[in-house]
Amino acid sequence: MPSAGEAGAGAARSAMHESRPIVELHDVHQAFGDVEVLKGVSFEVAKGGVVCIIGPSGSGKSTLLRCINGLIPIKSGTIRVADFDVHTLVTDRQKIALRKEVSMVFQQYNLFPHKTALENVMMAPIHVLNEKRDEVRERAIALLTKVGLAAKRDAYPGELSGGQQQRVAIARSLAMRPEVMLFDEVTAALDPETVKEVLNTIRALAREGMTCILVTHEMRFAREIADEVLFTDGGTIVESGAPAELFDRPRKERTKAFLSQIL
Amino acid sequence: MKGERAVTASPVLPVLLPAAERMARTALRERANGAPLLRLRAAHGIALLVTFAVGCALAQSQVLPANPSILETIWKWTPLLARGFVFNLAISFVAMALGTIAGLFLGYAQISLLPPVRKAAWFATHFFRNAPWLVLLFYCMFLLPFEVTIFGVTIPIPDWTKATLGLALPVMANVSEIVRGAIQSIPTTQWEAAASLAFNRRQTMWMIILPQCIKRMLPPWMNLYAILTMATVLASIVGVNEMMTLTQRALSAENRPGLLLAFYSYVLLWFFVYCYPIARWTVRLERRYAVNQ
Repeated sequence: MPSAGEAGAGAARSAMHESRPIVELHDVHQAFGDVEVLKGVSFEVAKGGVVCIIGPSGSGKSTLLRCINGLIPIKSGTIRVADFDVHTLVTDRQKIALRKEVSMVFQQYNLFPHKTALENVMMAPIHVLNEKRDEVRERAIALLTKVGLAAKRDAYPGELSGGQQQRVAIARSLAMRPEVMLFDEVTAALDPETVKEVLNTIRALAREGMTCILVTHEMRFAREIADEVLFTDGGTIVESGAPAELFDRPRKERTKAFLSQIL
Repeated sequence: MKGERAVTASPVLPVLLPAAERMARTALRERANGAPLLRLRAAHGIALLVTFAVGCALAQSQVLPANPSILETIWKWTPLLARGFVFNLAISFVAMALGTIAGLFLGYAQISLLPPVRKAAWFATHFFRNAPWLVLLFYCMFLLPFEVTIFGVTIPIPDWTKATLGLALPVMANVSEIVRGAIQSIPTTQWEAAASLAFNRRQTMWMIILPQCIKRMLPPWMNLYAILTMATVLASIVGVNEMMTLTQRALSAENRPGLLLAFYSYVLLWFFVYCYPIARWTVRLERRYAVNQ
């Protein structure tokens, strides 16, 4: 099991905050019917750490992320996020408490099409966290400014490009002030030019010390920002390590084969 | 879906593709709607007008020299028929309102997380949707009492109230299906996004899912209203004084068989003039929402 100690920069950063990892998975199993999707996945993420999950399609990456914020229940094993034992959460109320701390950004943006960009960002803090509208509005505008879309605040999702929608989606998640951000192939549906603007946004977040878990196909990006890279295949973590190690000196044959295909 | 596959799987005759695509779209919409869509066209109105003119001409040729002309006769009866028509509209408004309110609840119950609620709602919806309207009407007419006594006060239930209730039942069931279909047509990713922003189920439903449903529900709902309006003449069979009943009375008062075609096509024209704009508007809304999706 890889630990945060092996993960260079992540370890240094986590030492400054606290020693206990903020996300901890142990021997997680998950199956859809008879199809086993996750076959014993274990890893940890230190507070402020950035972990990238790479691997071929259908290797259970997206499922893994959805398990972490309780969208999909797991068959066995344990998942802990901050003070929540995710695998024990049953009621809606418990899951909602968890999701206030863990926010997720999706491949297809999933903005609410009937609300403007600003309203998309403001909705959850107002209705879920019960914060004051004026304060939320200020924060939402600041967040939209941060992702470079202050001018588009009154536009509806349908009027925005894919990259712009994805940045609004990131701002929407950030408005909840989560402890952990999950990114599920957030650039997979974008054209190459707009990928950059989204990656810049995520890079800035990671630099600020946000704990991020990314499923991604952007290898160069993963190498640049990750503290640790996990290579998954067939529902297990085949190999993990610091990006320089994993990308330049992969130990397992499967990893070598995968990397030679895409690099 | 089947329709879409049919379109993509027939590249043999590309000339047919535009029509095939359009037909597949209609089929999809009708399947979602659960019933054939009412598509009134201007041509239907013209056909009606021609029928009316032919009817008048035929009747006119049988008019005895002493009698007033056909158009005069129709004009004489028009105020009475108009009163009947207003009654048809009143029945359609009330039945639509009652059916919509009940149908919203029933549709919501159809996607309940509690299996017994869901199953009961499903059964009620399909029972009332598949029962013939006329049978439901007869049930309401003859099973409901003509008056109820509550705390010594006797409240009469007039026939038209019972007829309205009888028509509200199938409306309820159809609205229930429209609601269920619209909610289920919203991509599950919207639910996922809402869940990961920590919205609860009720908030997700009211703030995120239902607002997106409204524009999807509006066209089939209006379509249903037009169908209901035309179905209100069923009330004549159970003796409510609406336009159809009054037309029969007018005909028997005139006692001239030649008037039949002229009078009934005249009644049809009234309904066409009322329903055609609704049908056109429905089509326009559908187009607009199809573009915006």
